[in-house]
Amino acid sequence: MFYYLSLAALLFSIGVFGVITRRNAIGILMSLELMFNAANINFVAFNRYIVSDGPIGQMFAIFIVVVAAAEAVVGLAIVLLLYRNWQGIKTDYINIMKW
Amino acid sequence: MVAEPEVGIVFWLLSLVILVSAFMVVSLKNIFHCALFLVLCLFSVAGIFILLHAEFLAAAQVLIYVGAIAILIIFAIMLTSNLASTTIRATNENVLVGFFVALILALGTIVLIGNTHVWRYAEPAEAVDSNVMMIGKYLMTEYMLPFEIVSVLLLAALIGAIVLARREKS
Amino acid sequence: MTEYAYLIALLPAFAFVAIVFALRWNEKLASGFSILMILISWVMSIVVLFETIGRHGDVYEAWYTFIQFNSFHLQIGILIDALAAIMLVVVTTVGACVQIYSLGYMHGDPRFSRFFAYLSLFLFSMLGLVLANNFFMIFIFWELVGLTSYLLIGFWFEKVSAANACKKAFITTRMGDLGFLIGLFLLAFYFETFNYLEVFDKVGAGGIPLWVLTAVPIFIFCGAIGKSAQFPLHVWLPDAMEGPTPVSALIHAATMVAAGVYLVARSMSLFVASADAAMVVAIIGVVTSFMAASIGLVQNDIKRILAYSTVSQLGYMIMALGLYGVDTAHGHHSAGYVAGTFHLMTHAFFKGLLFLGAGSVIHAVHTNDIQEMGGLYPKMKTTSITFMIASLSIAGIFPFAGFWSKDEIVMATVHHPIFMVLTLMIAFMTAFYMWRLCFLTFFGKPRDQHRYDHAHESPRTMTGPLVFLGVLAVSAGWVGIPWLHHGFSSFVYHGEPHHAAPSLLLMGGSLLVGLSGIFVAYLVYYRRIISPDKVAQRFRPIYNLLYNKYYIDEIYEAVLLKPIMAFARFMWTFDARLIDGIVNGVAFLTLVWAAVKQWSDTWIIDGMVNGAGWVVRMIGGLLRYLQSGSVQFYALFIAAMVVLVILAKFELEYTTLNWPTMTIIFIIGIMLLPLLSRLTSDRSKTAGEPENE
Repeated sequence: MFYYLSLAALLFSIGVFGVITRRNAIGILMSLELMFNAANINFVAFNRYIVSDGPIGQMFAIFIVVVAAAEAVVGLAIVLLLYRNWQGIKTDYINIMKW
Repeated sequence: MVAEPEVGIVFWLLSLVILVSAFMVVSLKNIFHCALFLVLCLFSVAGIFILLHAEFLAAAQVLIYVGAIAILIIFAIMLTSNLASTTIRATNENVLVGFFVALILALGTIVLIGNTHVWRYAEPAEAVDSNVMMIGKYLMTEYMLPFEIVSVLLLAALIGAIVLARREKS
Repeated sequence: MTEYAYLIALLPAFAFVAIVFALRWNEKLASGFSILMILISWVMSIVVLFETIGRHGDVYEAWYTFIQFNSFHLQIGILIDALAAIMLVVVTTVGACVQIYSLGYMHGDPRFSRFFAYLSLFLFSMLGLVLANNFFMIFIFWELVGLTSYLLIGFWFEKVSAANACKKAFITTRMGDLGFLIGLFLLAFYFETFNYLEVFDKVGAGGIPLWVLTAVPIFIFCGAIGKSAQFPLHVWLPDAMEGPTPVSALIHAATMVAAGVYLVARSMSLFVASADAAMVVAIIGVVTSFMAASIGLVQNDIKRILAYSTVSQLGYMIMALGLYGVDTAHGHHSAGYVAGTFHLMTHAFFKGLLFLGAGSVIHAVHTNDIQEMGGLYPKMKTTSITFMIASLSIAGIFPFAGFWSKDEIVMATVHHPIFMVLTLMIAFMTAFYMWRLCFLTFFGKPRDQHRYDHAHESPRTMTGPLVFLGVLAVSAGWVGIPWLHHGFSSFVYHGEPHHAAPSLLLMGGSLLVGLSGIFVAYLVYYRRIISPDKVAQRFRPIYNLLYNKYYIDEIYEAVLLKPIMAFARFMWTFDARLIDGIVNGVAFLTLVWAAVKQWSDTWIIDGMVNGAGWVVRMIGGLLRYLQSGSVQFYALFIAAMVVLVILAKFELEYTTLNWPTMTIIFIIGIMLLPLLSRLTSDRSKTAGEPENE
């Protein structure tokens, strides 16, 4: 189990790194997907090793996948909108959260 | 870290592929290549799921992530970016700090996991044959309500995406 | 139906709300709805009256507890006994007549709908007052009655006199209400309940100090003095004539002034416990009555005459109730209670009729001065006949309603010869001034030809209520004929039912007195055998005294208002000299002190403030790098904080440093992150890296 969890931790950290550093909004979305997958691996591993009566962790993972799909759809729609309004999706030009 | 026989060569190979491709995803300059590596990474995660006896989830992973989300992302890339733009930096000025933060995060987490004895010495459960059947049963009984809510959420996302991405008539 | 009796009061309230919020833009709908509601209330009251008769003296009471402190309950509830049932019918009858009458009288008024809304609210207050089952609730409705009377008397508030009259009415009755309130406090303190029946039980059970038993009724009677316009607070009622005439009819007949009598009758058990308190009541009643009747002899304003007659008749009732209390406290039987309540009922009908008739006359000739009227009988037959029926009734002529009730009152005074003499004198004066009014208004030669020519009979909506009330003014007394075995006296009573033996001597006496009063008026004002001017000349001082209403308003002015004004002026001078001097001195000292402070402000305080500002600006200059506006930078912070949590775990386990120290170190590190980012990033972006899309 240690290996699975470590794998997930590494994957998650890579995702975090991506979210923090990518300049491309789509890149950020992809990094987010990596983080989701790390979480999913954790769920399934726990399901296999700790809570083994019934695929409860897998249920969780399935719902996460579905929610991730929804998130991706909306996120990409927002990216399209950004692209249309700013003529670019380089996130370091998008700093309107500053007063 | 004493090696334990619970994981075999397949796991190591898959892990290697996952980590390398994930790193490629976050660091390559060409966003299109990144998307391709993402597909590879997600495939390998599906392999990990199979190792963990979550066959249905693996299938769903392939169908939804690889089949839908990845394609969606590629479409979005094609709609928004110039593919030839490999010359500019892919990362912003946070890269060094971000790298250290991520590194500490990963190492710290792994050390913590290693120190948690319950997790470290947990035994895998007996493989259950009918996972898929169980999932189906759960979806129609105990997880009925989340299931319905998720359908509504998907519908909302669908409508939201259409509303957001719709071109204003001018 | 009795269990739905609360609806009797709530229906007019509903009408008020409906008119105010929905119907006031449509005058026909508003007035129609208001009249419909009061008619339903009227029908319900009659049903309730018959059910109450059927209950043979049992009391219906229902309530729900509104507030509860320990053992002290504040209730909202209704109590229906014979008295309340009779009053309900009286109030709704007169109220309905007045509302229908107002259709004609107020026709064309710019605030027509509002008038009906006020009338409904007024009736709601009065009906609630009648239905209340405790002193607290009656006080609330008591004040509501005061408020609505204020609104209605001042309905034509453009007139200065009306505006003043409504203020006067409100403030004067408020004086009495103060006494009432003190009485309520005493009740709450010594009786620990407001519920009528519980209070009366405690009076009977004993254990209450004697002075409380005397003080409580007197204080409660203070409220009645104000509302029922008894001496010395009667001054507001004649002025209240400034309101529209239907309002006067309502105030005088059924609602406002009746409330005081009703209160005394309602709390009669308190009065019979103390002969002294009851004696006060009786004396005030008879003084008021005599005084008002004598003033009424010489007035010329038709509504003022009626107003003084009301005051006088109310004094009658109060006196009868007071004498009942005195007699009962001394262990005698007395007809006073029955007489008072009976007269309250009959008076409501004939006085309502008188006022509505007077309104009809005023409507026709547009003046209040009876010296300018005369000979109106041929022109206004319905009004004249009904008015004269009411006048006969109030004069106590057989077989009109007033005869029977006045006879009862005379009978109530049998143990008190002085009261009896005064009562008969009042009866004589009442008959005289009422018929003086009739003769001057309806007979003789027209004294103002112009007004006479324009006079005309009032519309059907006004004469209809007149005729209806005329029938009642004749017949309402028949329920109290002393020879009846199940008449009024066996229905409304206090304690035990008591049948006074009918006395033909007293009846004949009072009838004779009434007839002689009418006869004298006939001689003086119809046949003109005796010239009123000569009589006035002969008794000039008395005439002046009466004409100026015993100078009571002037006395109030001199005794109360002048000193208050003088005191106020003195206080003003005091203010101007001493207080202002002190204030100015203080101001000067303040100026000196301010100069001192200005110096310290400039150099010390400002220095500190500026120093603080400088420090803040420096810190802000450092921190502004954190606020880059880039979402990713914030995400970096989130990740860093997660790392912080992990590190905190390590600190606790592997280091000797305590975790706050480490945390502070880490936070400082985080602060340095943006500077680090600045240093490590290449500066090309700031130089304007071209976008490649």
